[in-house]
Amino acid sequence: MTSLQNRFNPQALAAGLVPQSREHWINVLLVVGLVGAAMLAHFLGERFYVNLASRIAIIAMAAVGLNLALGFGGMVSFGHAAFFGLGGYVAGISAYHAFNMTPVLGIGFMPEGSTQMLSIWLVTLLVSGLLGLVIGKISLGTSGVYFIMITLAFAQMMYYFANSWPAYGGEDGLPIYLRNELPLVDTNHNLTFFFIAAILLLISLWLSQRLMGSRFGAALTMAHLNPVRLATAGIDPRPVKLMAFVISAMIAGLAGALYADLNRFVGTNMLSWHFSGELIVIVILGGVGRLYGPLAGAILFVLMETWLGGVTQYWQFWLGLVLLGVVLFARGGLMGFLAGRSKDV
Amino acid sequence: MSEPLLQVKQLNKAFGALQATRDVSLDLYPGEIHALIGPNGAGKSTLISQITGNLPPDSGEILLQGEDITGLTVAERAQRGLGRSFQISSLADELSVRRNVMIAVQAIQGSSFRFWKPVSSDASLLEPVATILERLGLSDRAGTLVAELSHGERRLVEMACALALQPRALLLDEPMAGMGSEGTARMVKLLSELKHEVPILLIEHDMDAVFQLADRVSVLVSGGVLAQGTADEIRNHPAVREAYLGEETT
Ligand SMILES: Nc1ncnc2c1ncn2[C@@H]1O[C@H](COP(=O)(O)OP(=O)(O)OP(=O)(O)O)[C@@H](O)[C@H]1O
Ligand SMILES: [Mg+2]
Repeated sequence: MTSLQNRFNPQALAAGLVPQSREHWINVLLVVGLVGAAMLAHFLGERFYVNLASRIAIIAMAAVGLNLALGFGGMVSFGHAAFFGLGGYVAGISAYHAFNMTPVLGIGFMPEGSTQMLSIWLVTLLVSGLLGLVIGKISLGTSGVYFIMITLAFAQMMYYFANSWPAYGGEDGLPIYLRNELPLVDTNHNLTFFFIAAILLLISLWLSQRLMGSRFGAALTMAHLNPVRLATAGIDPRPVKLMAFVISAMIAGLAGALYADLNRFVGTNMLSWHFSGELIVIVILGGVGRLYGPLAGAILFVLMETWLGGVTQYWQFWLGLVLLGVVLFARGGLMGFLAGRSKDV
Repeated sequence: MSEPLLQVKQLNKAFGALQATRDVSLDLYPGEIHALIGPNGAGKSTLISQITGNLPPDSGEILLQGEDITGLTVAERAQRGLGRSFQISSLADELSVRRNVMIAVQAIQGSSFRFWKPVSSDASLLEPVATILERLGLSDRAGTLVAELSHGERRLVEMACALALQPRALLLDEPMAGMGSEGTARMVKLLSELKHEVPILLIEHDMDAVFQLADRVSVLVSGGVLAQGTADEIRNHPAVREAYLGEETT
């Protein structure tokens, strides 16, 4: 009983008097597991698996972004591929122009692209945040099914636009001949690249943790659970949700820029509705609104895709079954199943 | 008498063919409890919802401290000092009592776009919340999920949320419904103390409570005001006795 009281006592929590919860240890296990697997694969010379770990980290990061909107904000976006793809194209287009020494978008006064990841990331955060602002502003005028449909519609517009714009490969996509660079490290080294992805994943996880623990997070949670209560308290739910949507878009965009560099290629598949759907599946699999749910979901999803996909072309049937099981029997997703129900203070 | 704090002027609202609010005018003065009574479906809750901005009126005006607030959003009105409780309580069931009240404290501090400092150890939020919960006798329920509360406790949490706003006017929609005699007595005591801090527009079916508490009463029937006056005037009003009180009292 005392431990239960302590758990609900914020002062005690803050002072670290409460033993860390089971969820905390599962979070640590997930991260250590992923990093350990990548390192093991590297030392065994299994390049494929090192890259697979990078893929998991990057997709998990995109899902962390979506989780902020979907899980914590209750905004079911079926269009996050728009941000992921946009990030990918920023990386691709920037590298393309740097390689050809032509101005970006062919406009005279624009710079000649860059192969520096840091600049690419900065631009990505900026443009995906802006796109998130536009899409979010318009979509948040609706709710429920309409919100789902309008976010999908925006992503599909981007998809068809990229498909029919020959300057950057159109439907063939755009190769990145050399991975973009970071100061001091060799991004072409597979394990190094994994660590870059893993660190950005951890930063986005840490950021969402801080965010959700803050006043903004409290408002966002209430905007999701009971917007009428939030408004009755004097806080307009709309700008709170919009801000969460924008941050969510920025994280998904950054993940996209990394994904393009991982594959040395950006194609319209990154903008496709399939990917938006996969991100939703990952968030639900992992546990909606659980901080590390997206990581758990991404690990499960990518492993199923890789292993079951190798055994049977009908792997998505099995994925569907697992998803059904989660929705019906484990409402908290994988994290809910492993760590029990989430707690608030 | 001083200036009215809240003024409702000729409010009208129709749901299709149903006139839910019919030319309603009423005032709320500092220091008073103004009771709003009337049979089920008379339009009492609909009136409150228009005052708080949850429903747009078809015509009419609402003034708070002389300022027209008819065009403002729910959140803007709350910021200007309208606190309310709902007939069917509207809280986040999945969150603790503390968290539900905390959001109102956060709102009056005007600081929801702070992204870093954890609320779970923020004394400027926790202390006011603790004070209010103490006042309502909810201290040992602070960490309990709202979903696990009794009906009466949920009403108290609604009150706590409204009080946390440090409102200029309180609009309470049947705050003691289903509370039992002990809970009702406590609520009556609380409201009679509170009215000196903040005037209250009170919807209530319990006539004993109404006449114990109210300074003035408006009787609403089929959307319109049947009678308005001091508690004594209403008690002895023939049309009211016939149309409404007659059914309830013997
Ligand atoms: N959103 C709505 N759409 C259509 N009709 C509504 C709506 N809200 C309320 N009404 C109708 O308006 C009338 C007034 O309802 P209201 O809830 O204001 O009554 P009330 O006086 O609060 O009743 P009670 O004492 O039962 O709470 C009722 O006939 C109700 O059915
Ligand atoms: Mg009512």
